[in-house]
Parts: sequence; C-alpha cells; structure tokens
Amino acid sequence: MKKIALLVFFVIAASFYWGVFAENSVSNESHKLILTGSSTVAPLVAEMGKRFEALHPDVRIDVQTGGSSRGVNDVRNRISDIGMASRALKADESELLSFTIAMDGISVIVNKNNPVTALSRQQIVDIYTGKIVNWQNVGGNNSPITVVNKAEGHSTLDLFLHYFNLNNSDIKADVIIGDNQQGIKTVATVADAIAYVSIGSAEYEAGHEVNIKLLPLEGIAASVENVRNQTFPLSRPLNLITREQPSGIIKAFIEFAGSEQVNDIIDGQYFVPVKH
Amino acid sequence: MASILSLSSTDQYLIIGLKLSALLVSGVVLLVFLFLLNESLPLLSQISIFQLFSDSSWHPVDGFYNLSPMLTATLLSTMGALLVATPLGISSAVFSRYYAPAFLKNGYRRLIELLAGIPSVVYGFWGLTTLAPLLATFHPPGVSLLTAILILALMILPTIALTADAAFLGVPTVYYSSAAALGLSRWRVIKDIVLPAARAGIFSGLMLAAGRAIGETMAVLMVAGNVVQFPTSAFDSVRTLTANIALEMAYAMGNHRSALFVSGLVLMMMVSVLVGLTEYFKRYKQ
Repeated sequence: MKKIALLVFFVIAASFYWGVFAENSVSNESHKLILTGSSTVAPLVAEMGKRFEALHPDVRIDVQTGGSSRGVNDVRNRISDIGMASRALKADESELLSFTIAMDGISVIVNKNNPVTALSRQQIVDIYTGKIVNWQNVGGNNSPITVVNKAEGHSTLDLFLHYFNLNNSDIKADVIIGDNQQGIKTVATVADAIAYVSIGSAEYEAGHEVNIKLLPLEGIAASVENVRNQTFPLSRPLNLITREQPSGIIKAFIEFAGSEQVNDIIDGQYFVPVKH
Repeated sequence: MASILSLSSTDQYLIIGLKLSALLVSGVVLLVFLFLLNESLPLLSQISIFQLFSDSSWHPVDGFYNLSPMLTATLLSTMGALLVATPLGISSAVFSRYYAPAFLKNGYRRLIELLAGIPSVVYGFWGLTTLAPLLATFHPPGVSLLTAILILALMILPTIALTADAAFLGVPTVYYSSAAALGLSRWRVIKDIVLPAARAGIFSGLMLAAGRAIGETMAVLMVAGNVVQFPTSAFDSVRTLTANIALEMAYAMGNHRSALFVSGLVLMMMVSVLVGLTEYFKRYKQ
C-alpha cells in the first residue's frame, strides 16, 4: 500500500511539473516578445498583449514585473525586447527610445459635503503626516480628519509619496485601502475623510452621483483632460522602452499599444489614453 | 468489518477509489503547506524568525517585517466575534429546536441557512456602506476593530446556530422525554440535560466558526480600516493577516512577497492549532 501511495504522489507531482514545462516548450515554436519592468504598466500591457495575441496567433507576449529600473536595464542588456517604465527616461538613459502608451494621474478627494475646496501642497503634506488633524485648520468644519492611505506596493502610493516627497513610514493614516473603489466608497460614506485615487475612476464616480469631489492641485483642476494635456502636476507617463528604432513585431506591438484599439483597456484600468 | 465480511470485487474497486480520493485530499493539504514553506524560505533564510515579532514596524519594502500587530488583530477580531456570536447562535438553536411554534420552526431554520449562504463580500459591502457610517457618528472613522467584530459575528452566527441545532438533534429524544416525565421545566431540561449532552457538537461548531473568522478576508478588508497597529480601543483601525495578504500581494515582489507567504504560513499554523484543540477537547470530554 505504501508503494502505491508513493507512486500516486509522484504521478501527481509529475503532472504539476509537466504542466509547467509543456507551457514553456510551446512558446519557443512561435515569435515571442518579452516585456519586463514597472508593476504599474505590467497589468495594462498584459491585457493589451492578450488582445494582440488574438490578432496575431503566431505571437506570444510574455510580461514580467520588476520595477521601472529593471525595465530599463533589461532592455539595455537585451534580456527583454521591450522595457516598461512608469516614468520618463532619465538623462543617463537618453540612448534609449520611449513610447508613451497612457498617462497615470491621481487626485486628492474629499466628501462632497466638505466645505474645503482646495488644499495647498504643504497642507496636504501636513494632513498626511499628522501635523494637521482637524478640518478647522484648513478652513473646514470643526471635525477630526480621517486620513486614508493606500496599502504598500500600490503604484498610486509610490506616485503620491514621490510627488510630496514623503516616506510611507511618515504617514499617519486612519484607514488603509487596497483599490480605488474602496477609497472612493470610504470618502463617500465617511464625511471627514481625505484620500487620493486614480483620476480616471474618481472623475467617473463623481460624475455618477457618488458623494465625492476632486480637489485641484496647485490651481489646476484634477481632470482626465488635464492629465492628458500634461498640465496636471500629479501625473506621470507610462512608457514602453526600446534600444533602437523598433521594427517588425516589436514595432507592430508598440503601435498597437498606442492606438485607439486599446483605449477601453486603458480606461478599464483607470489610466488615461494619450492624444491620438 | 473487513475481517468478518469477505469483500466482493465491487467492494475492492470501491476501496481503491476511496483510498485514492483520500490520498488526493491529504496530498493537496501537504502540497499547499510545502508551497507556502517554499515561498517563505527566501525571507526566512535571511532574517531570524524573531524579527517577525521584534522588528519596529511592518514596512516590508524597507526591510521591517513585524507581523505581531496583525496577528493580534486576527486573534482579537476572531475572539470578539466568537464572544458576540456564541450566545446568540446557541440561543437561536435552542429557540428553533425547543421553543419555536411548529409553523415557524422550518421557516426560521431556512432563514438561518440562507444567512449562512450569503457571500462574505456582501456582508463587507453592507458593513462599509451602512454599519461603518453609523459607528462613525459615535467615533470616527467608523471602520475599526469593533466593526470587523460585528461583521464577523454576523457571518459566523449561522455556522454556530446550525451546528448547535445539529448537536441538539443528536441528543437522544429519550433524555428529553424522561426528564420531562420527571416534571422538570423545559428550561431546566435544556440547561442541565440537553446542553451538557450536546456540548461536544457545539464545541466543534465553535471551532469551525473560529476557523471561518480567522480566514475571512474580503469582509474584514472592507471594514477593519487596515492600519497596522496594536489597537488601544475597539474603535481603532486594525489590519488582519488575511487582509494584509489581499492588500499587498498583487504588487509585492522579492522579500515583500515572501513575507506575505510567511503570514500565510502563520495563518495555517493557527488553524492547525485550532484543529488540534478541537481534537484534544473531544478526547478529553469522553
């Protein structure tokens, strides 16, 4: 009996491994595009890749995450065909080429019934670091502020921290949320809450009678339009990066990722499509 | 039995099938455990296990891996939910089995079964949009340990009620009728005869409910506030181990990802302890 048990165990284990190897061997037969880099861009590109594969049955798109820097390094070292970065290229990366496929912008939101209509950069920093704890101090009602922050690892958190020059450990949060929807629900139901979420989702919900409003930043209204024309300060480009002028299947994919055919995917992930 | 009755060939095929399914099920548990261990090792080989409880905070990206605030939150929310739901659940079972009029009995039991079938995300959503704002009028922000306890209590209530009901059903009718024949009051019979006779079953139900409360993710994620801290009051925001995995897994890489698997391992050990306790009490009672 023991022998049979052992045998069955190995058969099960082997079938797991067989599944893994079988998958690898198939992809070698056709064209394969490897993309590595930013974990913000990766889910977006993965969706685009699926649609691209459906249009080009002989192409396999392999998307791996590892941060924008890995995206740049891998494409430099020819480990990947295309890099993904959620930032513009730096000065020392100017030998590479970048193609913006979408914009990412975030907006500070408060409850619609909150009398506060704008917050300065310093006020937002003070609220998030616990130096201002009452709305009274920024021209609102006499009520404590409920600070809503994002969970570690989310790209909106990175962008927010980077823009306001903060460390996550400095932030004194009352509530921590996962996705944009949870943040919007929290602010819509908790009258004294402040949060930041992707502009795409905030603008959509605010336009559908959800109890939130988007605060302007540095005098510029938080809107998808202002992210698209690059005037809104709290935004960044999502880029694909190549070593040389793309050709063949790489060129086809980059053109596809920047075309109107994928706008619904970009909207679906609360990013903003670029101007066509 | 096998030694007394000879097995027909059909029996033998059946036995092979049964043994295979049993092996498969236990194999899956083993594989899950090995998988968790394998994914946890990259971190556990770099830091000492004590750092999971002695680090200054949970900032995995910066290399701080203190799990104890979240472990505390998981334990507190589970125990709180049990404290709230146990008396309610047992009372509900006593009512439906011994006090409810015949026409109400079946309808009431269906209602509890329905309650058990509601997906947890619905409880969470209700908690976030209704219960949290209500509690926020007493003490903002409304999402807190207390909110999590109440939502969890609501979720495990039907589990406790249904298992207690099944345990009452298992008490021989003759106990009840003999005691009634002695002229004892209905409450007296329930308190001194039925409840003690059914306690093993009730206890198993409580452990099952505790397991569900420990493992619940979505509902708690929506109502607990998710700040990593030791709560100083029931109105403080807390983050449970499961909520932590759900919040951070999608974006975690390297040691951060590994640390989340360590919390999964800790959860699995907690559930194992719970199962062990159940077994121990069952034996101890007999």
